[in-house]
Amino acid sequence: MTVLVYLDHEGGVIRQASRSAITAATRLGDVDVLVTGPDAAAAAKSAAAIPGVKKVFAVTDTTGNSELAEPVAALLVQLAGGYTHILAASSATAKNVLPRAAALLDVQPIPDIVAINDAETFVRPIYAGSALATVKSADAKKVITVRASAFDPAPAEGGSATIEEVALPAGPGGSTFVATELSKSERPELESARVVVSGGNGMLNEENFKLLEPLADRLGAAIGASRAAVDKGFVSNEYQVGQTGKIVAPELYIAMGISGQIQHLAGMKDSKVIVAVNKDPEAPIFQVADYGIVGDLFTILPQLEAELDKAG
Amino acid sequence: MKVLVPVKRVIDYNIKPRVKADGSGVETAGVKMSMNPFDEIAVEEAVRLKEKGVVSEIIAVSIGEAKAQDTLRTAMAMGADRSILVETDVVTEPLAVAKVLKALVEKEKPELIILGKQAIDDDMNATGQMLAGLLDRPQATFASKVEVADGAVTVTREIDGGSQTVKLALPAIITADLRLNEPRYASLPNIMKARKKPMEKITPADLGVDMTPRLSVISVAEPPERKAGVKLDSAAELVSRLRNEAKVI
Ligand SMILES: Cc1cc2nc3c(=O)[nH]c(=O)nc-3n(C[C@H](O)[C@H](O)[C@H](O)COP(=O)(O)OP(=O)(O)OC[C@H]3O[C@@H](n4cnc5c(N)ncnc54)[C@H](O)[C@@H]3O)c2cc1C
Ligand SMILES: Nc1ncnc2c1ncn2[C@@H]1O[C@H](COP(=O)(O)O)[C@@H](O)[C@H]1O
Repeated sequence: MTVLVYLDHEGGVIRQASRSAITAATRLGDVDVLVTGPDAAAAAKSAAAIPGVKKVFAVTDTTGNSELAEPVAALLVQLAGGYTHILAASSATAKNVLPRAAALLDVQPIPDIVAINDAETFVRPIYAGSALATVKSADAKKVITVRASAFDPAPAEGGSATIEEVALPAGPGGSTFVATELSKSERPELESARVVVSGGNGMLNEENFKLLEPLADRLGAAIGASRAAVDKGFVSNEYQVGQTGKIVAPELYIAMGISGQIQHLAGMKDSKVIVAVNKDPEAPIFQVADYGIVGDLFTILPQLEAELDKAG
Repeated sequence: MKVLVPVKRVIDYNIKPRVKADGSGVETAGVKMSMNPFDEIAVEEAVRLKEKGVVSEIIAVSIGEAKAQDTLRTAMAMGADRSILVETDVVTEPLAVAKVLKALVEKEKPELIILGKQAIDDDMNATGQMLAGLLDRPQATFASKVEVADGAVTVTREIDGGSQTVKLALPAIITADLRLNEPRYASLPNIMKARKKPMEKITPADLGVDMTPRLSVISVAEPPERKAGVKLDSAAELVSRLRNEAKVI
């Protein structure tokens, strides 16, 4: 069996989530990978160094077309011939592209797998993680996205794959890339951070939300948010954790002023240790928290910082 | 121009789904069902485009059991002009749904198809992209802003690190994210009016689509339960526990 993995990278460095997808892929067969973008040459080098990767397809593109689903899906279809499985880490990019490619291959995709039973049988959460479905695919090829938190990332170094440049097909046209606006952050990436500090509606406003930063600094943490916090404009959408936001599973997840609705829990309940600070003792977040403090977060936050400074 | 809005009937998002004792699926009998929340947003967007004079007709479509009529009535109460029920008792997978929608698009020739980004039951996040692929038309998923002008639609999309803007020639496919708009509640008079709006009933076979799922469900299980931990009295105790007991800091 041979597997093609479509990798995400940032400035030429393969994302940790994509290395998790490679781990999943190596359980299925030999692994080739695809990287695209203006930094594809650097990304190809970084991908070639991942142990287990045999061959890297690289599409160097400076037009912005590699940001569009239409040509990338067409490329995946073009490459698909030799592969039994096409994989990617679950990400906005993969979710945009893979289902389109699957439709062109007449395949029903299998999103967000958390376990591989055999080459045709996979486990995936449904209903915001309220249930786990084991499904068996009858399709000749499988098109799969992998929930990164369920697979350890493959090492970044040690491999030596071959690299082949390929060209991006034209796609159906009619779609033009206009612009991307990325928010810059010095913090660790939400999905691969060891510690995540998240704020919810309880933070009250944008100003107060910033109060989480000193705590995150002390813990080397990424910052996350509930949808309520995003909706009210405390932070922008890429901070959202949950069913329809990012899925995280850090060593430590600290929820400040988050009630713990199922849609939020869907994005963080696989964290190793969960801490919740909430003034409502009945808040559902306490049902999943290992450690909880009932109280006003604005009182507890500075105390927490002081204790960390003391102990550290 | 015409807009087609596919709407799915799902377990209401406020209800905690229960796994059936025999592990064959999730209990839906006697459970409150509603329109998929993302589809409400899709309908709302279509209605706003109609209110702006950009759209002339909104057609809501649902593929599913006869009861999906209720969901179509809701869509019409929100402002859809007519609806199509494609009746089937089979579990609707995105590939089959996309094939049904493709057949309807070829018949109705809408210039815009607005779907939800994700159905909150199967959490597939696939149908819009698949429909766009089958139609060989441009797509803009996870839309947070939609502007139609001069035969094109400019869409701001939510991506992992921020947002992206793409411009699509019509006809095009859009999937709605949560921040696109706040859907309205249907007013009582509009609910009454919706009863009189036309609803066409057909079957997948009428459209020549085979609904047989490609994924067979071997089992559905409850995820491992997390236990509630301890409540602590102070920040000092929390830091000490995190350091000495959980050893995560
Ligand atoms: C289709 C759909 C998808 C969704 N997807 C997501 C998703 O991906 N992620 C997500 O998070 N949500 C999602 N939601 C929304 C979700 O249902 C909840 O509305 C949301 O998670 C609530 O956010 P919150 O806990 O911050 O706000 P609230 O529920 O308002 O809770 C705020 C909490 O803060 C506490 N609090 C207030 N002040 C203080 C204080 N001073 N000190 C301590 N505690 C305080 C309160 O006691 C309360 O428990 C989705 C909803 C829908 C319908
Ligand atoms: N059975 C269905 N009937 C109508 N629309 C559907 C159906 N299934 C999916 N859709 C549409 O496709 C979107 C994405 O669904 P999914 O790909 O299943 O997550 C939904 O938000 C709906 O707009």
